[in-house]
Amino acid sequence: MAVKTDPEEKLYERLDRALKKYKGKPGVLIAALQEAQEIFGYLPRKVMIQVANRLTIPLSEVYSVVSFYSLFSTVPTGKHRLEVCLGTACYVQGAEELLRELQDLCGTEPGKSAPESPFSISTTRCVGACGAAPIVKIGEELHGEMTPEKLPSLLEELVKE
Amino acid sequence: MPKLKLWIDEQEIEVEEGTTVLEAARGIGIDIPTLCYLKDLNAPAACRVCLVQVEDRPTMDCSCVLPVSEGMRVLTHTPAVLEARKEMIELLLSDHPFECLTCERNLNCELQRLAKRYGIRDLQFSGSRNHFPIDDLSPSVVREPDKCIRCRRCLAVCEYYQAVGIYRMVERSFNAIVGPAYNGSLMETPCIYCGQCITVCPTGALHEQDSTARVWEALRDPELHVVVQTAPSIRCSIGEEFGYPVGTPVAGQMIAALRRLGFDRVFDDCFGADVTVMEEATELLERFERGGPFPQFTSCCPSWVRFCELFYPELNENLSEVKSPQQVFGVLAKTYYAQEAGLDPERIFVVSIMPCVSKKYELLRPEMNDSGRRDVDAELTTREFAQMLFQAGIDLRKLPEEDFDAPMGRASGAGIIFGSTGGVMEAALRTAYEWVTGEELKDVEFPQVRSDKYKDAEIPMGDLRLKVAVARGTGEARRLIEALKKGQKEYHFVEVMACPAGCVGGGGQPIYIETNDWNEQVAHRSRRSGGLYQLDRQMEHRQSHKNPAVIRLYRDFLGHPGSEKAHRLLHTGYHSRRLYAPEPLPKKEHKQRVPLR
Repeated sequence: MAVKTDPEEKLYERLDRALKKYKGKPGVLIAALQEAQEIFGYLPRKVMIQVANRLTIPLSEVYSVVSFYSLFSTVPTGKHRLEVCLGTACYVQGAEELLRELQDLCGTEPGKSAPESPFSISTTRCVGACGAAPIVKIGEELHGEMTPEKLPSLLEELVKE
Repeated sequence: MPKLKLWIDEQEIEVEEGTTVLEAARGIGIDIPTLCYLKDLNAPAACRVCLVQVEDRPTMDCSCVLPVSEGMRVLTHTPAVLEARKEMIELLLSDHPFECLTCERNLNCELQRLAKRYGIRDLQFSGSRNHFPIDDLSPSVVREPDKCIRCRRCLAVCEYYQAVGIYRMVERSFNAIVGPAYNGSLMETPCIYCGQCITVCPTGALHEQDSTARVWEALRDPELHVVVQTAPSIRCSIGEEFGYPVGTPVAGQMIAALRRLGFDRVFDDCFGADVTVMEEATELLERFERGGPFPQFTSCCPSWVRFCELFYPELNENLSEVKSPQQVFGVLAKTYYAQEAGLDPERIFVVSIMPCVSKKYELLRPEMNDSGRRDVDAELTTREFAQMLFQAGIDLRKLPEEDFDAPMGRASGAGIIFGSTGGVMEAALRTAYEWVTGEELKDVEFPQVRSDKYKDAEIPMGDLRLKVAVARGTGEARRLIEALKKGQKEYHFVEVMACPAGCVGGGGQPIYIETNDWNEQVAHRSRRSGGLYQLDRQMEHRQSHKNPAVIRLYRDFLGHPGSEKAHRLLHTGYHSRRLYAPEPLPKKEHKQRVPLR
């Protein structure tokens, strides 16, 4: 995921270029938002307004999608985005305890802005790997059969990268 | 359409393929309850109170979205079905503030009515409740999301009828709510304040900003000279609140009631409408001299004006620059009437009674102060007017018929039909025709522009064939504009009203909850127009330019239509507007809720 280093104006120019290919086409909102999130690292209000205006759809529609899918963040995230699955299988296998422990270790909580921190936490519903519950997803990688005990070493490895 | 045979509660029936079980049952007199459903507008199967049991299906189904099938056997009121529906209602109530006694929709609420019908006496569910901030920042519409049952009717009417789309389901799971982006204020959105969301909301989650307190305050102030103007449609809709059949004209009793409330002068907004016609017809003819731009759009409806400013600012110069009747009346009350009556305009307080919540926004537009101060001070919807009469114990049915005061109470039939879709167009044609041709109209009626549906026509006027169109609903206006842009249509003069059936179907009119069919809802509102056309036929003068009070106004005060003074007082301009606020507005703390238990 790109980190916000360009001056802001350049990022908005990039967004405009990216949105051109989506304009007027049906069913492209999620793809457009994913691209926008890659550019900005998250989806601030101004970005959502830009997406709405360029695609000529209501902002309510954009926000409805963003607030529904946990893959989108409306606040700046840390360098590593840790997602704890709270789907049924993970939940019964102790995901709640896992989440609590992760919050303690990282000193942050789901949905909280963490622009300077190495980690941010979010929760998600089923990632389709119930056999290995509970799951912690980092970027595109799934870490199965997680326990609170395994968490410190996992975080250490991420910091080392 | 082929017919299908099925059984509902053991009754054999045949209905067309594609019919829903709900409608099929209704056809044989079985009233399955609904909350979210509004036929032909909204059927999201969200409230789940229309459950039925179909034989051989493992679970119950929502009948509003279940199409009939051949040989289907439906049971609509088994004890299990009734119990399930009751549970659905209780689940809705478990996250509903029990504020019925202090709610705007007390005794006119679909949820309350359903709770009564199902005899809910206790709640078996308790747990978390949502607490959302109340949004009362807009001048017109107040949103109380805690009272929302997530039926999505507001979303549907805003998206499909108005093509504005400020509402969506936002957030997730228990926190999910129907609202604008960020569940923020309407003031951050391109809301056009039409208030159609209010008229379809089954509960009190949406209502107008209250202005009754301000008006009572003005009425008790001995220093103020309080004048009132009543919009054309009010005389044919206020009666509903007092048990008259829909559309009954009660102008005389309405005037008497306003006098008894304590207004110093009771004037008619139809006079303002007549003046609007004089100016707007003049403007149309000037456009022919100048060569455009065409079409000229009417500008009486502030929601339509706002829609145009927001979404089609390039057409702002096509909007008639003449103010709406409310504002024409307001500025004349504080200039012309003040002069005639020898009153200090600072002491005049102008109240308007309108079928509209958008008029509350319009009177606050900064430019609406050409009298040197706010031209209109407060607006009451038809509902608020009824509320004040109830408070005062004034029963419309027991009042004698009285007449409007002079000089701003005299109207022509043309001014009266402003309240109906097509009425502004017809009123303008009655005057423009005679001005263009120099001939007197034998029949002043233009049935070509009267319709509940989108309508266009060509009106021969001497050498000129005037191409006109009438649209209601900004969704229809949007389609019309897109067709104009593609060159598929060409018009000289277009009337747009944001509400179904025009002002008689306005967002401030009495709320009718006896149907869950959108088309029936619109038809109910259309019936109010019948009363307006009936009154028009009884008027001595049926054309604005023949109204003696209007002739006197121009002779004594304005000069001629389109004069410099008329321009200064009665004309206005338009601005392009930002769709979304870049920063959120501060939210007010929500009112303290009293928990049920």
